Amino acid sequence: MTDFTTRYSYGGDEFIFVELSEEMTLEVNFQAMAITKKLREQQMPGILDICPSNASYMVRYNPDVLPAAELIDELKRLESSAQNLDDIVINSRLVDVPVLFEDPWTHDAVMQFRDRHQDPESTDLEYAARINGYESKEAFIEAVTGSPFLVSMIGFVPGLPFCFQIVPREKQIEVPKYVRPRTFTPERCFGFGGGFSVVYPVQGAGGYQMFGISASPVFDKEQKLPDFQDSIVFPRQGDIFRYRGITREEYDDVRADVEAGTFAYHKKDFTFRPDDVLKDPAGFSEMVLGRLYHD
Amino acid sequence: MINVLKPGLQTTVQDDGRVGYYETGMPPSGAVDQYSYAVANMLAGNKKGAAVLEITYMGPALEFQEDAVIAITGGVIPPQINEAPVPMWETLEVKKGDVLTFDFVKQGARAYLAAAGGIDVPVIMDSRSTYTLCGIGGFDGRALQEGDVLSIGNMQEKEVKPGTRVTGEYIPEFSANHEIRVIIGLCSYRLTEESKQRFLDIEWTVTPEANRVGYRLKGERLDFVPREQPFGAGSNPSNVVDLGYPIGSIQVPDGIEPIALLNDAVTGGGYAPVATIISTDLNRIGQAKTNEKIKFISVTLEEALEARQQNNRKLAEVKQMMQSS
Repeated sequence: MTDFTTRYSYGGDEFIFVELSEEMTLEVNFQAMAITKKLREQQMPGILDICPSNASYMVRYNPDVLPAAELIDELKRLESSAQNLDDIVINSRLVDVPVLFEDPWTHDAVMQFRDRHQDPESTDLEYAARINGYESKEAFIEAVTGSPFLVSMIGFVPGLPFCFQIVPREKQIEVPKYVRPRTFTPERCFGFGGGFSVVYPVQGAGGYQMFGISASPVFDKEQKLPDFQDSIVFPRQGDIFRYRGITREEYDDVRADVEAGTFAYHKKDFTFRPDDVLKDPAGFSEMVLGRLYHD
Repeated sequence: MINVLKPGLQTTVQDDGRVGYYETGMPPSGAVDQYSYAVANMLAGNKKGAAVLEITYMGPALEFQEDAVIAITGGVIPPQINEAPVPMWETLEVKKGDVLTFDFVKQGARAYLAAAGGIDVPVIMDSRSTYTLCGIGGFDGRALQEGDVLSIGNMQEKEVKPGTRVTGEYIPEFSANHEIRVIIGLCSYRLTEESKQRFLDIEWTVTPEANRVGYRLKGERLDFVPREQPFGAGSNPSNVVDLGYPIGSIQVPDGIEPIALLNDAVTGGGYAPVATIISTDLNRIGQAKTNEKIKFISVTLEEALEARQQNNRKLAEVKQMMQSS
C-alpha cells in the first residue's frame, strides 16, 4: 500500500468502483470497511447498494438523483477521514465452522476435474501443501485450522464468504485458482484461491482449490435454521471464522441437526478495533480462539 | 388465472429488480430489457414495478382462465391469440378460454408479456423477480413449467383502452449486429494499450453460453500488462484480488472470451473487469442471440448520461401517451 494511489472509476453510469490497493492486506480491508461503514451511516439519497470487498469497494447509485462527481467527492473525503483507523470499531462474531477435510464428495469433484488443474497427479490439498512449503497435507491442514480468518468480503453468489487468515504476512497461504474453472463444485465445499478461503453456498461453477466440505450451511433460502432468521445468508463482513477439522462422525451429527432444523453455530459476539489485529495478528488470533472456546 | 400449457424455452417472472442486497452476494435480477419491460407495464395500465413474464427465444403457450388485458413488447417473437396473429406494443384484450402462443423469434431474443394487474407471485426481498441460480423469487424460484398456474395481481393503476399502441421511435429495433456502449475503466489498466484498442475494434460473436447471468463472447485473445501478481490475487495475469463486479461489467478470464455480466450476475470474483456496459445498452445486449455480433463503443460518462436521459424521456412520453389515451 506504500505508494499506491486509490483508483476511482466509473462502472457504467450506475456504479463507482474504488480500488484501494492492488494487493490484499488486513489493513486495506479494514480501510474499505471503515469507508463503507461511514458512507452507510450517512444515508445519502440516491445510493442503492454499498458493497465493500477485499481491497476495494463499490457503490451503486442513481445518477438521476446523485451526480457521480458529488458522490466521488464524498468518497474521497471519507477515504481521508478513514486513514486513521483508530476511531473504527468492528461489530463482529467469532464463529466455529466445522469442516470435514478430504471428504468423499469433494474428492469425487477433485478427481473429475484433474484435467483443469495445475498438477493432475496430486489432489488439490497435496498440491497446496507442497507449493506452500508444508511437509505433509496434515501439517497444511493444521495451518489452515490453527488460526482464524477474517470474513473480508461477501459475494460471487449469495452468502459466499471470502476469508483472509489472521496471521503475519509470511505465514499467509496462497494458492492459484484452477487453470480452467470447473462446471461443478459441491454445495458447502471449503475452497481456497489466491489468498482467500471460501465456503461455496450452493453447488455450481468454481475455480478455487477444493480441500473439504463444511458441515454447516452459509446459505439457507428457507430460513429454517435459527442463525438465518434475519437473512438467508449467514456470513457478514467483519466476522471471524475458525475452520475446525472434524471427523466423519461429527460431520454426520451436524448434518442431522441441520436437516432437523436445530443446528446453530457455536459463536460469540465480539467487538474489536483494527489496531488490535494489525499490531499483533498472531496474538490476536490466539486471544479470539480463547474467547470462542473457553471464556 | 393463466394455465401454462407449454413453458417455452425459458420464461421467468421478472420486475424492476431486487435492489439493496448486492453486498450479500444477491444480484438484482429483473427484466434484462428494462425499457421494453416498462412499456409493457404502461400498455397494460400497471403501476411501476409490476411483474411480467420474460420470454426467451421461444414463447410459451398460455391459456387464460379469465378475461384479461395484456401487452407484449421487446424482441419480435410474434404473438398469436387462438392462432390469429396479434400486434406487439399494443394493449390487447383476451377472453376467458383464449390461448396465447408465439411464432418463431424474428428479431431480438427476449419479449415481455404484461397482464393488467401484474403477475402475482410472493415478494421476496422487495421483488418478484426470479433468480434461478439460487431458486429465489418468481414462480417457485424457477422458470415456468408445463402445468403451472399463474395468478394475476392487483397492480393495475389505470384502464388502458384496448388498441392503444406505441409506434415509431418508441419501438426499439434489434438487428443481428449490436453496437453496445461501454465506459472503459475498473481494472482496464491491466490490459495492454494494444489489447484495449483491440477490445473496441473487434467484432465479438455471442457464444451459446449467453444467459441472464452473463454473455460469453468469442473473438481473439487479449493481453495483460506483465507484472508480478499482487499478494492474494492468484497467479493468472487476468487475476485480481477478488472484488465486486458491477452489473454490465466485462471481464476477460485468462485473456480469452470476455464475459459481460447481466442482471443475474455473479456479484464479485477475481478476474479483472475492464469496462462496463452503460445502463441504457444493458437493455439491448440481452436482445442479442447466440452467433450474433457485438461491437463495443467507448463513451464518456457524460455521453452515457445523455443516453440515459433520452431513455428516461422516451419512457415519460410513453407514460404521457397512456395518460391521455
